Amino acid sequence: MMTTSTNTTAEDPTRRDFLKMAWVGLGGLALAETGLMSMAFLMPRVAEGEFGGLMEAGLVSDFPPNSVTPFNQGRFYLSRLADGGFLALYRKCTHLGCSVPWLPQENKFVCPCHASAFDATGNVLNPPAPRALDIFAVTIENGTVTVDTGTVISRDKFDPTQLVYA
Amino acid sequence: MSESNPPPSLPQKIRDSILPSSLDPQTDRERKLMVLDNIILHLHPTTLPEKTLQFTMTWGLGGMAALLTMILVVTGVMLMFVYTPSPDRAYNDILTLQTQVWFGQLVRNIHHWSGNLMVVVVFLHMLRVFFTGAFHHPKQLNWLLGLTMLLLTLAANFTGYLLPWDQLAYWAITVGTGLIEYLPIFGKWIQTVILGGPEVGAATLLNFYSLHIAIIPLALLGIMSLHFFRVRKDGGVVVPRAAGAEVEKKLQHVTTIPHLVVRELVVAMVMMAALLLWSMFMDAPLESLANPDVSPNPAKAPWYFMGFQELLLHFHPLIAALLIPMTALTMLAILPYLDPDIDGAGVWFRSVKGRVMGLVAVIVALIITPSLVVADEYWLDFAGWLPSLPMFISNGLVPLAIVLLGLIAFYDGMKKLFKATYCETTQATFILLLISFLTLMVIGIWFRGEGMALIWPW
Repeated sequence: MMTTSTNTTAEDPTRRDFLKMAWVGLGGLALAETGLMSMAFLMPRVAEGEFGGLMEAGLVSDFPPNSVTPFNQGRFYLSRLADGGFLALYRKCTHLGCSVPWLPQENKFVCPCHASAFDATGNVLNPPAPRALDIFAVTIENGTVTVDTGTVISRDKFDPTQLVYA
Repeated sequence: MSESNPPPSLPQKIRDSILPSSLDPQTDRERKLMVLDNIILHLHPTTLPEKTLQFTMTWGLGGMAALLTMILVVTGVMLMFVYTPSPDRAYNDILTLQTQVWFGQLVRNIHHWSGNLMVVVVFLHMLRVFFTGAFHHPKQLNWLLGLTMLLLTLAANFTGYLLPWDQLAYWAITVGTGLIEYLPIFGKWIQTVILGGPEVGAATLLNFYSLHIAIIPLALLGIMSLHFFRVRKDGGVVVPRAAGAEVEKKLQHVTTIPHLVVRELVVAMVMMAALLLWSMFMDAPLESLANPDVSPNPAKAPWYFMGFQELLLHFHPLIAALLIPMTALTMLAILPYLDPDIDGAGVWFRSVKGRVMGLVAVIVALIITPSLVVADEYWLDFAGWLPSLPMFISNGLVPLAIVLLGLIAFYDGMKKLFKATYCETTQATFILLLISFLTLMVIGIWFRGEGMALIWPW
């Protein structure tokens, strides 16, 4: 099949190589597209109206300073510190994801799974939890406290700039 | 055959088209033909070395795993007819299954116990292959396929664990998937995709259901076929021999029918009888309906992950959930490519010395591991002693370095003490790690109570 002429043997493999590369490239592209499509298809879907939307917590006056109020539907605790600042703490333990109950007598959150403990600002009092409880954004308008449970904000520890005042 | 035969009758023609060979073979030739002509039997060779029939070589573990897969497919498909993968329906469907459906509880029990037994059987199968040195060239690929199937078995169990949607399921999966978050960079993202959201919910149940009934079983069946094919291609299972005995060149062969097939049937029937009896008297657990508001105390991952959960109590999550499991897996995967001692193939624990060293490793592990766990519970507090260092170093790298130094000391000490080969020493170190891990698992399952504090289980 192959001619012995030097210029054709030098040229033929190049064209063949190019086509081979083109096929491999196109195949790779198709594979990547399919992969990305499947991944996009499998992305988490947010259920409307459930946990994951804006939640109205109540009036500022409903929450006395130094109080922690649970919101089971919204999966958070509204914590009002002594100086009147608000903080919405996601109740999921930062260790392995258990729900942390608030113990009013001991004035702390204690995780039933691995005994991690957090104070009212969400700071770690006792490991194994590696960082403070995650928070949600709080907005206060016309004396009403609203919590956005759509975005979980993770943080290493409590910082006064995270507080929202009426 | 064709001298004076009358034309075959119609029923005879139909029968011959289905089963071309005799069902009651009288000669070796007919026995071999029967193996060749049958789609299931032809997974086997027509004859095999008589020595490989020895039960204490294979313990029938591979066959048991294959049979359990079949039992799980059959009972699993039955359960699909009565189960809806939605948080509103799932738990009620299980209650209905157990109280209204004929044999519903029994089918659920068989599925549950088969799944758990399969984790044990596949793991033991891996240990058998390791300790008889049956993973060397040309069997390396089959070792990797086996390792993959062990992971798939765990994945199948873990995804199935969530489906009853009771407290046990909900929190075991919460804690189990909580481990993923600690993978660096992509951890949070992977966790969110698997869960279908920030925490276990309706999307998680549907994801797990699809994985459990389609993706994982299909992958498992595909790899299983390749695994069987490779057993044949690699020349069958390893030939057993006594420690110090030469590898035999000329092996006495026997026909697969009846020698192998009868043994397989015995193992299959004994296992099925035991499984059925156990499932008749032991119900699969079912706690109250899943309640995302209330975590039980203690909340534990499924039992096969309790070793890792126990590690998490002692090491920084990055070490316990990522570094240690990944290193263990990588070591297992490259093992057949490192181990140069092919002479040990077919001998339990390589040699008599290997057995003695293994026993020493078991004793060391059984003393050291509980001691370290108790010490860490009551006295060790690296994070408190080194408050200026980040937790990853004080509660992670420091204890890890101590453990690694201990391992190196063990390896060197054993090698010198026994004047052992590389292979025997590696095996002893493997046994030390294995028994330590199993000890951690036992502690996690039975010796951890409220708040994961150490307790006596009785």
